[in-house]
Amino acid sequence: MSVGLEHYLILSAILFSIGLYGVLAKRNAIVILMCIELMLNAVNIAMVAFSRYIVPTLLTGQVFAIFIMVVAAAEAAVGLAIIIAIYRSRETIDATQINLMKW
Amino acid sequence: MGFEIAFWALAVVGVGAALSVVLLRDVFRAALSLVLCFLTVAGIYVTLSADFLAAVQVLVYVGAISILIILAIMLTREVQRGSPSNRLRIPAFVVAILFFGATVFAMVKTPWQIAGVPPQEPTTSALAFKLFGEGGFILPVEIAPVLILAAILGAIVLVREK
Repeated sequence: MSVGLEHYLILSAILFSIGLYGVLAKRNAIVILMCIELMLNAVNIAMVAFSRYIVPTLLTGQVFAIFIMVVAAAEAAVGLAIIIAIYRSRETIDATQINLMKW
Repeated sequence: MGFEIAFWALAVVGVGAALSVVLLRDVFRAALSLVLCFLTVAGIYVTLSADFLAAVQVLVYVGAISILIILAIMLTREVQRGSPSNRLRIPAFVVAILFFGATVFAMVKTPWQIAGVPPQEPTTSALAFKLFGEGGFILPVEIAPVLILAAILGAIVLVREK
């Protein structure tokens, strides 16, 4: 069976679903952030696969993937800084116990 | 033939590494398997003939973001408690499975218009023309450093000792 666009898309869907499960089900805030990175990588795979198979000469999907990487790097830096600041003031990064603004 | 073998090997290793990110109890080992997953994603980019993106993936994710994550794990001493699940474990699993089923259904049913043209190789100069050239993406390229500067300043302000 030759590998085509659907294989890449299904691989990206598998990785995104694993990341979604981790984001929803984990308590450690750093693990939640790691799963968000996993989801962003899955989206990047889908973008590059579309770019390779549908518009091979335009490279638009790869440009989008570069911008997603920029935003992901900024998000990781700010997110981990927020987690360290929360740990400093509350001595925990358990997402179920960080409930000061919870209704 | 070698292309198929490379894809299947990378896909199996990547999915296994991603599963161990969510299933391992030890946060540090989960971070290391996340690094492995990032590396296999770089390999997937190579099979898609996106050479520049593969290099950027190794530099940014494997080099920088994984170091940030491991540093945050070290700084928060939450390693002893592991990475337990919350009460929503089974609903989260159901939501993930439903999402996976819906996306796979949409992806398989859609008649994609596959272009028969071979892909551009190497992509670096073509990407540079796309990003900086006439009618390209020069405005987002100019906005991205502002975003990164804001993120750096925000991270410094958040982590600084009072």
